[in-house]
Amino acid sequence: MSNLKLSGISKSFDGIKTIHDVDLDIKDGEFVVFVGPSGCGKSTLLRLIAGLEKVTEGEINIGGRVVNDLEPSKRGISMVFQSYALYPHMTVRQNMSVGLKVAGLKKSEIERKVNEAAKILQLDDLMERKPAQLSGGQRQRVAIGRSIVRNPDVFLFDEPLSNLDAELRVKMRLEITALHEQLKSTMIYVTHDQVEAMTMADKIVVLKEGRVVQVGSPLELYNNPVNQFVGGFIGSPRMNFIAASFHKQEGKNITLKTKTGENVDFALDTDTTLKNDPLSIGIRPEHIALGNKYSVKIRLKIKAIELLGGTSYVHGSQANGEDLIIEIKSENMLERHKEYDFSFCPSRCHVFDHLGNVIKLARN
Amino acid sequence: MKSYKRFLPEVGMLLPAIILMVVFIFIPFFLSGYFSFTNERLMPRPIPTQWIGLRNYERILADSEFWMSVKNTLYFAIVVIPIQLSLSLASAILLNSKLKFIAVFRGITILPILTPITVIVVIWAAIFQTPDGLLNGIYQWLTGTYDYIDWLGDETIAMLSIVILSIWASFPFQMLIYLAGLQEIPKDRYEAAEIDGFNKWQQFRYITFPGLRNTNIFVVIITTIGALSLFTQVNILTGGGPNGSTTTIIQYMFSNGFSSQKIGYASAVSVIFFITVASLGLLQRRLMRNE
Repeated sequence: MSNLKLSGISKSFDGIKTIHDVDLDIKDGEFVVFVGPSGCGKSTLLRLIAGLEKVTEGEINIGGRVVNDLEPSKRGISMVFQSYALYPHMTVRQNMSVGLKVAGLKKSEIERKVNEAAKILQLDDLMERKPAQLSGGQRQRVAIGRSIVRNPDVFLFDEPLSNLDAELRVKMRLEITALHEQLKSTMIYVTHDQVEAMTMADKIVVLKEGRVVQVGSPLELYNNPVNQFVGGFIGSPRMNFIAASFHKQEGKNITLKTKTGENVDFALDTDTTLKNDPLSIGIRPEHIALGNKYSVKIRLKIKAIELLGGTSYVHGSQANGEDLIIEIKSENMLERHKEYDFSFCPSRCHVFDHLGNVIKLARN
Repeated sequence: MKSYKRFLPEVGMLLPAIILMVVFIFIPFFLSGYFSFTNERLMPRPIPTQWIGLRNYERILADSEFWMSVKNTLYFAIVVIPIQLSLSLASAILLNSKLKFIAVFRGITILPILTPITVIVVIWAAIFQTPDGLLNGIYQWLTGTYDYIDWLGDETIAMLSIVILSIWASFPFQMLIYLAGLQEIPKDRYEAAEIDGFNKWQQFRYITFPGLRNTNIFVVIITTIGALSLFTQVNILTGGGPNGSTTTIIQYMFSNGFSSQKIGYASAVSVIFFITVASLGLLQRRLMRNE
């Protein structure tokens, strides 16, 4: 079994705390993605699990063993680095087998494992080449191969695709997902790219400033962000936030007023009484429609249009200067600098309080 | 006309460097080539300088003193190069670690680079002094006798003394280059090795040493050239003695050119030296590239 459990993990560098009290449960065979903006501590957390950094406080448990004081090589993990970190003077075969060699495995055993991994990753024809003679994608596959032969309990990936071009990244994304399906091992994957997180993860861990903000499946995070940060971070293009103020409350029914004077009605999920603090309505670009179809109307002056093919992203601003992004079908030919009517439905909205925390709404 | 004018600013900017190089490098270089075929003297004299063909070269190759200097120089190089390289690499690795006060250690180690070689030699002359220099003091304290070693006066020891001093004086330079080379090796390669379970020796063997390949080529070549052109230490400390046991090629060239005033002859030595060093350098490069 290769469950991974982090309990109360903290890490300080020279007295400055960068990871704050992280608790996390990862089940055997799960594909978990750590995601967050740069500097959020996601790589540090991964390096703590790998043993490349020592934890200041807390306990790391891999497969039922506390590994805090174990060398990286004894933890049952393997790691794929952003820069691949291949040994440049060794051939692909040597790169993949050297770890097993220093571990003292038999020659025939090493050969079997390396050949097996080469087959999985389709590296058979490249085995005698050196890293310099390989493309970025091939190098990445070798790095993954070096991980596979170790037969680890937990695979760790540290932003493995960020050195690849966009097309290759999509391809490798699918390859890694397929690999996970094939090996059924626990994998932890660090990225700053929320698209990678959404497409690959069974479970996403969103980090901010060294703290876990939310843990959940991609759809859970997309549909029910716990705060404005997660709402804005997950989903592309990012969620729009419309400033609003509290207007009135009758039981669970509340009415907010936007700065442009529009009243928006919501039903609360809990028995809370809203105060007069400024609020924010979150609405995703794909949930705003052109025309007057829905109850909440907004009028936008178009500033820019990004044509992506079937869909387009429209950047517009309201009369009060608030900017919004809207996803529309490209056959709607809009013109720049002209004004159009848009509308959205309150049932698609999220409401956040003045601290950025979500206010739970009743969904029907 | 137009194209000529277009390059004027570039030519103007290159000119100072070109003039200096021509005057101080190219002209002397070709002049010494020319002098090596003449009987040019250092001081003017009534008999005009004559073209004497290969006579200088013939005489040099027949001179046992020249061959002695070649032998001494090669001996020096063969002893100095391996010791100096291992010493500088080892200290570079130490100075690249995360010890406390590492900056202080780095500062101390590079002190010899900041000191002119003549000053170093004078200091070492005091250390080597016979019978009451520092080294002899240590020797007497260790052996508990009043015996002493004639560091620079003994034919069998003099070259060894020069070897010790030379290694001390110049290893920090190679060390600095190794240090730069070490810092070029990406850190995550060591981290990957940590996960692969390499021990320290395996890290050195599989990562550090291969990672220093280009640095090694450079350091070996400059150390070889430096060792072959040994002169200052010898000239100040022993003048090539005792009994020619520390004469080097450059010392031989110097004493012929300036003491005996035979510039033509010394030029021929310098041409031979140049060809030897250049071909050694090329050979080394070729060998290391094929490795």
